[in-house]
Amino acid sequence: MAEGRGAGSSLSGAVVWLALLGLALGLALLQVRFPVLHAYPADWQLPLGDWLNVLMQWLVDHTKPFFRFLSWVMGFPLQWVSDLLAWLPWSVSAVAAVLIAYQAGKRPLAIFTGVSLLYVLAMGLWPDTMNSLALVAVSVPLAIALGFGLGVAGFFRPRVERFLTPMMDVTQTVPAFAYLLPILMLFGFGPVVGLIAGVIFAFPPMVKNTIVGLREVPSEIIESGLMSGATPWQLFFRVRCAAGLRQILLGVNQTTMAALSMIIIASIIGGSEDIGWKVLSTLRKAEFGESLVAGIVIALMAMVLDRITYGLATREQDMDHDKGFLARHRFGVTLLAAMIAAYGLSLVVPALQVWPEGWTVDPSGPLNRGIEAFVIAAKPVLDATKNFVIFAFVLPLKIGFYKVVSPFTWGFTPTLWHAAFYVVLVVGGAFYARTRGRGGLAIATLSFGLILFFGLTNMTWPGLAALLIYFGYRSGGMRLALWSAAAMGFILISGSYDKAVLSVQLCGLAVVASFIIGSGLGVLAAESDRFSRILRPINDTLQTMPPFVLLIPIIMIFKIGEFSALLAIISYAVVAPIRYTEYGIRNVPKEVIEASTSLGCTRSQLLWRVKIPLAMPNIMLGLNQAIMFGISMLVISALVGTDDLGQIIYIGLSKGNFGIGFLAGIAMAVIALLSDQFCRAWQKRSEARLEGAYP
Amino acid sequence: MSGDVKLSCRNLWKVYGPDPGQYFKSSEPVSDAAQLAARMRSEKHIPAAINVGFDVHVGETFVIMGLSGSGKSTVVRCLSRLIDADHGQVLLDGEDLLAKSNRELIDIRRHKMGMVFQNFGLLPHLNVIENIAFPLRLQGLSPADQRERAARVIDLVGLGGRENAYPRQLSGGQQQRVGIARSLAVEPELWLLDEPFSALDPLIRRQMQDEFLRIQRVLKKSIVFITHDFLEALRIADRMAIMRDGRVVQIGTPEELILHPADDYVAQFTGEVPRIKILRAGQCAEALANRPEGLPQVDPEARVEGLMPLLAANPKGVDVVEGGTYVGTLTAASLVAALAASEGAQAREVAHG
Ligand SMILES: Nc1ncnc2c1ncn2[C@@H]1O[C@H](COP(=O)(O)OP(=O)(O)OP(=O)(O)O)[C@@H](O)[C@H]1O
Ligand SMILES: [Mg+2]
Repeated sequence: MAEGRGAGSSLSGAVVWLALLGLALGLALLQVRFPVLHAYPADWQLPLGDWLNVLMQWLVDHTKPFFRFLSWVMGFPLQWVSDLLAWLPWSVSAVAAVLIAYQAGKRPLAIFTGVSLLYVLAMGLWPDTMNSLALVAVSVPLAIALGFGLGVAGFFRPRVERFLTPMMDVTQTVPAFAYLLPILMLFGFGPVVGLIAGVIFAFPPMVKNTIVGLREVPSEIIESGLMSGATPWQLFFRVRCAAGLRQILLGVNQTTMAALSMIIIASIIGGSEDIGWKVLSTLRKAEFGESLVAGIVIALMAMVLDRITYGLATREQDMDHDKGFLARHRFGVTLLAAMIAAYGLSLVVPALQVWPEGWTVDPSGPLNRGIEAFVIAAKPVLDATKNFVIFAFVLPLKIGFYKVVSPFTWGFTPTLWHAAFYVVLVVGGAFYARTRGRGGLAIATLSFGLILFFGLTNMTWPGLAALLIYFGYRSGGMRLALWSAAAMGFILISGSYDKAVLSVQLCGLAVVASFIIGSGLGVLAAESDRFSRILRPINDTLQTMPPFVLLIPIIMIFKIGEFSALLAIISYAVVAPIRYTEYGIRNVPKEVIEASTSLGCTRSQLLWRVKIPLAMPNIMLGLNQAIMFGISMLVISALVGTDDLGQIIYIGLSKGNFGIGFLAGIAMAVIALLSDQFCRAWQKRSEARLEGAYP
Repeated sequence: MSGDVKLSCRNLWKVYGPDPGQYFKSSEPVSDAAQLAARMRSEKHIPAAINVGFDVHVGETFVIMGLSGSGKSTVVRCLSRLIDADHGQVLLDGEDLLAKSNRELIDIRRHKMGMVFQNFGLLPHLNVIENIAFPLRLQGLSPADQRERAARVIDLVGLGGRENAYPRQLSGGQQQRVGIARSLAVEPELWLLDEPFSALDPLIRRQMQDEFLRIQRVLKKSIVFITHDFLEALRIADRMAIMRDGRVVQIGTPEELILHPADDYVAQFTGEVPRIKILRAGQCAEALANRPEGLPQVDPEARVEGLMPLLAANPKGVDVVEGGTYVGTLTAASLVAALAASEGAQAREVAHG
């Protein structure tokens, strides 16, 4: 293992690093002479995409009747529910929703729900919203039933759990778009695809929460159930499930949110008159105002569903079993009575039946003009920001300073002197870090200096592979080195290398930015209660929002392009580091802080020397999450015009080329899994460093 | 005390490890328990209960006491078959519990046994009355019956008025009262308590012990009570067993244990006990040649600890009288003398083993 941290081994480690960096530099310089270094030759690739297509075709040929039958069967409940929701007067549905919201979260949630519904009605988007809701209403119970069943099986049979857990971990790294491909192939077009995708995407949290909920019931509660004379069935349902119910219901909440998110994404295949399609189709026609209006509906829907399911999960019941039937079922009876009353009223007052045309407003016109005006007014500032980010960060990482720097971008023509200055700067910086005893920082400086000079796309593939594998070895020993080699090998052989590099470049930049911004904000939030209170609702909103709603305002202002994608990924990935950093710092043990204060730590010393190091494992978890969120958003931001694997998946989806799209999805999942392994290795190290710090 | 045997436990073994069955293949009784236990330990098995045997009589409070990890919980869980013993017998009313089918076992638990747990084991989603009525509900009793029987035990444990509170809204002491009430709701004959007061702070613990004694005076259950607190054992035990590393080291009344500890281990516990807590009036009285007239009279079996106020009010002492005949006079001086003698004896015992 490379973890021997004696002076000798770190010295020889540094020598290996320098040798590898030298090698990478040499290869990068030689690539002009030997093009094979620059582009991995097509002869050495395997036509995996074609094979996948063949495989899929075979599968489709042999299972088509079965899946089409399933699709046909699932179509019925979906049709019934959407017919029902379409038939119900809006007033009846609205009354029901507000009452349920009241039950889950008292007055504030009821008001919020009411206002959200009014918004939907006033925008004239009621039918689309009901269609989406129908998909949610059918897929969530299915996902819950499936997840609960598998969770129970996993609880009773550890072997089932050992089989399920890695499967679910892998499926969660497969990008959402890529899910749609095989489902589309097997089930055919139509709204059922959204339904199935929703179920498949949403059941894993239910499994996990069910297993945890059942398992964490204290043994004394089980024993007390046994001693109360419970039969095995009573013990399971009345004791174990009942005592773990809260956790299980949290699974319901997570499952609902995942299903909604997937259903919205699935509308990309079209053919459904739902709210996701509304957003997408208007977005494609560059009708940003309309798109935003509909996007807000999705955001509101997500927030309402989240708060209601969460509220129901964590509600403190106070049921009176002594009272009669009416009193015990007060809520159900009230709900039914109110719905019937609303229905009766709607028969008399037609406006309560169908929301009158005259009552709708369409703010998209003024909205469009307002945004237009804003964009024109702020153009200098917006352009300057955009150009700065592109020329200073995006492009250097992509194609290197030596190609980016020009009079047009940086205001001067690069000469050999500039290059020499750059080299001196990088090497000097590394040397300085080394003299301060920060060997790792020195190596990092040299590596990034090299990569930024040539750009990721011009680092040769053997060079990058060597650096990656050795980095894996240093971070997590032989195991991670093998992982890195396997991942790199797959990406090369599958012919995904070029696009994968672009994905890493875009996502890497976004993740680094979100990590820096996020952990910074997290530190502030941990140090200031006021700031934390301001930040929390923003975080909650960003996190419950289905990802592609985030795209809308960004496209409106910055138009299509890499910069918009970058912003979208950052705004989605930034939440995790904020949360984990704040949590980590706030949970540093009090005694440690008191002890340090009594030793005379200043506030900033306390933060930098005590709190942040102790919170490191959590901060690392935040990084891990940021990467995962970043990757899932990366695929979705293909919609705003990126040039990477995500785009390939998107193209595969829209052209119906399963093999190419799915292969890109696998490549993305491989990148995600590898990053996850790296994060775990770093996290383990930061935990090992803290070992023994706590009593 | 020497009534019928309610519960009897014979040659009970519980062994944790990969294959405990191998040690009990032959049906003949184990000849040398200590040797077998040593063999188990050397073969990566943990003998948590080693050849444990004792009787609990009807209406008796039998305390098992020992340090953490000595196997107390294991034994009491074998008695209720929450875990299955590897060897031995548990006889409840003369019938072997270990031979009962699951169905019969559920029936026994529903009607004959109640158990109280260290961390209460309350169901978090049920309120006080629902928790207490839970065993009754499982039996399918009508709601009216449930309510009536639950109300009875609620009053017994003094929780009236908190019926609709949830466990998380109650203090530890109150939660354990719920646990006690629930275990009594089925009107069990055998009452098992596994360190019921260990999670409570000392003042509340003391209070709960008093409650326990009061309840037991009313109900007269047959009780197995687990504790690691010798003073607690002393207050409530009719008889007690001391366990060490899975073995029962000594069984006897608290006085017997204190006055004649079987070994150093027992003596270490008993040594902690202030003598004043166990000496009885008869043991400290001194027959006086010219006894003062008109002193209050006490029974020789009375614990001197309880006589202190009386002694303080009567500087001349109190007469110890057994069935009308004069035994002696208990005075401050005689008490001190008896204490000194007893502590001295104890010190010698500890020194010489
Ligand atoms: N499931 C198990 N697997 C392996 N060993 C166990 C298991 N349960 C208990 N033991 C071991 O059996 C021994 C006795 O445990 P037991 O819980 O009966 O002790 P105890 O006297 O109740 O202690 P405490 O006062 O801490 O409750 C301990 O050494 C314990 O480690
Ligand atoms: Mg115990």
